Amino acid sequence: MFGWEFPPYNSGGLGVACLGLTRALASKDVELIFVLPYKMDLTIPNLRLVFANSRVKLRPVDSLLIPYSTVTSYQQLFSGLSSKIYANGLLAEVNRYALEGGMIAGKESFDIIHAHDWLSFGAGLAAKKVSGKPLIVHVHATEFDRSGENINQLVYNLEKEGMEEADEVIAVSQYTKDIIVERYGISPDKIEVVWNGIDPEDYQPVQPEDNGLSHWKALGYKIVLFVGRITMQKGPDYFLQAAKKVLSYNPQVIFVIAGSGDMENQIISQAASLGISDKVLFAGFLRGNELNTVYRIADLFVLPSVSEPFGIVPLEAAVNGTPVLISKQSGVSEALTHALKVDFWDIDEMADKILAVLNNPSLYGCLKENGQREVQKLSWKEAARKCISIYHKLFSRGEDNA
Amino acid sequence: MPSVCFYFQVHQPFRIKKYRIFDIGQDHQYFEDHSESNLNNKKIFQKVAKKCYLPANEVFYELLQKYPQLKLSFSFSGIFLDACETFYPELLHSFQKLVKTGKVEVLSETYYHSLSFLYSPQEFISQVKMHRQKIKKIFGITPKVFRNTELIYNNDLAKVIEKLGYKGILAEGADHVLGWQSPNFVYQPKGVKKLKLLCKNYQLSDDIAFRFSSKEWGEYPLTAPKFAQWVSAINGNGEVVNLFMDYETFGEHQWEDTGIFKFLTSLPGEILKHPDNNFVTPLEAIAKYQAVAELNVPQFISWADIERDLSAWRSNPIQEDALEKLYSLEKTVINSGDDKLIEDWRRLTTSDHFYYMCTKWWNDGDVHKYFNPYSSPYEAFISFMNVLSDLRLRIDSLKKDYKKGNSKTINLEGGCGL
Repeated sequence: MFGWEFPPYNSGGLGVACLGLTRALASKDVELIFVLPYKMDLTIPNLRLVFANSRVKLRPVDSLLIPYSTVTSYQQLFSGLSSKIYANGLLAEVNRYALEGGMIAGKESFDIIHAHDWLSFGAGLAAKKVSGKPLIVHVHATEFDRSGENINQLVYNLEKEGMEEADEVIAVSQYTKDIIVERYGISPDKIEVVWNGIDPEDYQPVQPEDNGLSHWKALGYKIVLFVGRITMQKGPDYFLQAAKKVLSYNPQVIFVIAGSGDMENQIISQAASLGISDKVLFAGFLRGNELNTVYRIADLFVLPSVSEPFGIVPLEAAVNGTPVLISKQSGVSEALTHALKVDFWDIDEMADKILAVLNNPSLYGCLKENGQREVQKLSWKEAARKCISIYHKLFSRGEDNA
Repeated sequence: MPSVCFYFQVHQPFRIKKYRIFDIGQDHQYFEDHSESNLNNKKIFQKVAKKCYLPANEVFYELLQKYPQLKLSFSFSGIFLDACETFYPELLHSFQKLVKTGKVEVLSETYYHSLSFLYSPQEFISQVKMHRQKIKKIFGITPKVFRNTELIYNNDLAKVIEKLGYKGILAEGADHVLGWQSPNFVYQPKGVKKLKLLCKNYQLSDDIAFRFSSKEWGEYPLTAPKFAQWVSAINGNGEVVNLFMDYETFGEHQWEDTGIFKFLTSLPGEILKHPDNNFVTPLEAIAKYQAVAELNVPQFISWADIERDLSAWRSNPIQEDALEKLYSLEKTVINSGDDKLIEDWRRLTTSDHFYYMCTKWWNDGDVHKYFNPYSSPYEAFISFMNVLSDLRLRIDSLKKDYKKGNSKTINLEGGCGL
C-alpha cells in the first residue's frame, strides 16, 4: 500500500483515512506493507497504538511530498525548506517516489498494490510494472476538488494515467465516482465506491477541556462550528456569509473556525469587513481531546465545502453528538441521512437551517440522537470489508488469467 | 355472504412550500408553491387527477352501470374538495356523478384530515361539523358513518362519534386488537350503546393496495379470479369483507402499466360469479349484520405502517414539538375571528405535515420517503416551524390592532368560540 502521511503528521483527513483503513484491514488479517513517501519521525507510542500485533511494515522513503500540495504551495514549501530538497519540483519528487516504489516492489512479496491518491499513483504503477500484480488506485480527491476549474494539467495527466492503468479504481463516494467518469473518462464499471468511515470506539466520552467556549455558553450563546483547512475547497467564506445572516436574526451566536490554511488571513479580514469579528473565533488547528471538546460544546457543525470528495469531519461531529449541516457537494451527504443538507452557495438556505437548529431544541435533539446512531454504521471496518472483497475479486481474476 | 364493502380514501393535503426564516413577516401564502417542485399543490393535484381520480372514476362509473349490485363508499377530506373546486372542477363533477348513482356512500371525517382528536376534542368536533356541511353542500347527503384520519381509533373516539349521532365507524383490523377474532364481522365498540364498528381486512386490502405490483410477492401476479376466490373462501366464516384503501391505489400508487385498472374492471364480475357474494356500503353492512362481539380498544390504532399505531405522526421530538406548538395556538387563533388566520391554522392541522417529519425508517428508503415531497423530515419541520412563527406574528399584530381599537375581532384571550 502506497500512501504519504500518517497521524499525527497529517494536515487533514487523508492521513486519518489511511490510518483508519489500514488499522481496520490489519484487524481483518490483511498483511500490509505501507510505503510512505517521506521520512516521518513517527513516534513509537503512536505506532505501537496503530500497529500493535499487526503485520504492517512501515517503509519510509525520503521525499518532500505532503498530501494537499498544489503545485503553487509546493513551490512555496520548496523555497522555504530547500536544504531538505534534493530533487527539483513536485513532479520530480513524484517520479523519484515512483522509482523508489518500483524498487521496493522488487524486494517485497505481495499480491495486490493499493495506492492512495495521485502522488502515489506513479509508485503504484511502477510497482505493477515490476511485479505484474494488480493495481488499485484509491481516489480520495481529484484535481478538480483541490483546484476548482484551474487544474494543473500535469497533475491531471498523472491522475488520469493512474486510473487508466489501474485494474480497479476506488472512489470515496458516488460524487467522486461521477467526477472520475465525467472528467477522466474512466468506465464506471471499473470504479467501486467505498465510503470513508470512523472508528466509533475512538470517541468515548472525554473529560472536557476548559476552552473558553463554555463561558459563552453560560452567557446564553449558541456555538456554530467549522472544522477544516481554511482553503477555497472547504468554503469558509460561505460559512462567514451565512454567519452574517444568522447574526442579523440572532446575535447570541458564536461562530468557531477550527483549522488553518492558505485562506486564513483572507477569512480573518472578511469577518472584519462583514462587521462580525466579535462573533467569529479562530481556534487554530485542533486535534484529539481539544477537538472532541469543541464538538461536544457546539450546537451545530457546518461543512460548507465547495467540493468534498468525502468529508470525514462530519462523522466525527456526529459521533460526538453534534448535529451536522453539510454541503450537498460532498460525498458524506450520500452516507449521512440524519443531517441537514445545503448547496454550498445557497447562503440563505444555510442561514435558515442554522437558525432552525439554534431556535428549535427538538430539532437539535432529533439530529443529535439520530446522527449519533447512524454514524455507528459508517465504520472503517465496513470500508475495509469492501476493500477486501475488491482484493478477492482482483486476486481471483489474476488466478483465472494465470 | 360474504358482503364486500369497499371504502376508498380520497385526500390531498395542502403541502407547505419551502418557507424560510426570511419569509416570516413577509409572506403569508404558505401553501402557494408555483415551482416545478413536488410542493406545488396544483401541479400534484392535477397530476394525480389525470393518473388516478379521473380514470378510476370512469372505471367505477361503468362498473356501476354494468353491475347493479355493486356498491362503493368514499371518504373525501374537506380540503380535497376545496382543492377540487379550485384546481379541477371537472373532477368534482365526476365524483358527483358517481354519488348520484345512489350506490355510492360518502363517509364523514375531519375537514382538514387532522389529528385533532388527539389534541383537542373541541377542534375535532368543529372540523367534523364543517365537513358534514361541506358534504351536504357538494353531494346533498349527510353521512351516517364516520372514519377518522388514517383510521386512527380507540374506545374514546367511538363514544364521541356515537354522541355526534353516527351509526357506524371504521377502524383498522389490527392483529394486536382483534387477536384470534376475524375482521370479517361487525363489532360493537366498548362503551357505546348502538354504534357499530367495521374492521379493515388488511390482508386482502393490502394485497391490492401495496402488494399488487410486487414481483417479490409469492402471489404475483394478482388476478381478479384469484382475488375473488380468496373473498369467496371467507364464506361460512365471515359476513363482511372490508376492503379499505387509498383511492390513489388506482393509477398513482399502482401505476396503470401494472394492470391495476384491468384488475379493477374485472373484479366485481368475478366476485359476483359466486352466488353467495354481494356488495354493501358501510351503512348497509351495519344495518344488515349484527355485532358479534364487543371490541375493546383502549390504545390508539391506525392503518399506518406495520406498527398500526400513531408512530407515523408522533414518534420523534420534532413531530411532538410541531404538534404541541400548533395546538397551543388553537384558542387564540379560533377566537380571533380572523377567517384567513383560522383557515391557515387549520390547514396546518392536516396529518400529512407530521407524517413528512417522521424519521422512523427514514434511512431505509421505505414508503415514508416515497410519499415525502420534502428531501428530508428535517426540511419538512423547518418550513412548518417557520410558518408557525409567521402565524404567531399575525396573531400578535391582531392583538395590537385590537388594543388600538382598530379591529372588529373580539375575545383574543382565553374562552372558546364554540
